Amino acid sequence: MNSVIGMVFVVIGLAFNVLGCIGMIRLPDMYNRLQAATKCVTMGTSMVLIGVVIASGFSITAQLSVRCIICMAFILITAPTAAHALAHGAYSSGVKLWDKSVVNRYEEDFPKEPPKQEPE
Amino acid sequence: MFYILAYLVLLACCGMCLYRVGRGPTAPDRAMAIDILGIVVVCFTALLSLKTGQAFYMDIGISWAILSFIGSIALAKHLEGRGFDE
Repeated sequence: MNSVIGMVFVVIGLAFNVLGCIGMIRLPDMYNRLQAATKCVTMGTSMVLIGVVIASGFSITAQLSVRCIICMAFILITAPTAAHALAHGAYSSGVKLWDKSVVNRYEEDFPKEPPKQEPE
Repeated sequence: MFYILAYLVLLACCGMCLYRVGRGPTAPDRAMAIDILGIVVVCFTALLSLKTGQAFYMDIGISWAILSFIGSIALAKHLEGRGFDE
């Protein structure tokens, strides 16, 4: 029974992973791609790890369960941090938004500096 | 059979990440795709560890996640035009 519930979690997580990666292929802009890929893949991998914990019989003394929980906590902390740093770095290195983007709150708050000399 | 299908799905995810690495018009696209590839590989090692019953595959996953995070932060700082320790 544990195994079946764990496999259901694994399948849901894999579906999230695939949808996130398709979003990373199909969306038009770097920021859209970053948003789709980071959120969906973080959620999907966390769900796969929860499924592995349940399917391996989630006793706290089992090595696999403890490692999966540690890895899940680490991913839930670090993946949004890395995405935030990448978005900030991309914006300040001059990557343009999509043509049909409607609003740019960051530029309203911090008006753009004059462009740098070096191209990249 | 279930595991083979799951590995094929994850290989498709890795292939899409590598497509974005090769195709990406700008440098942050490639950095983002490498970051996502690191998270997908953690998923891969978790399933491999569940299939074989060996817990040490998860060690590979944890260290891969840590190295991927450090690499992403370093690339983001480089794109921003600053050093790693600023």
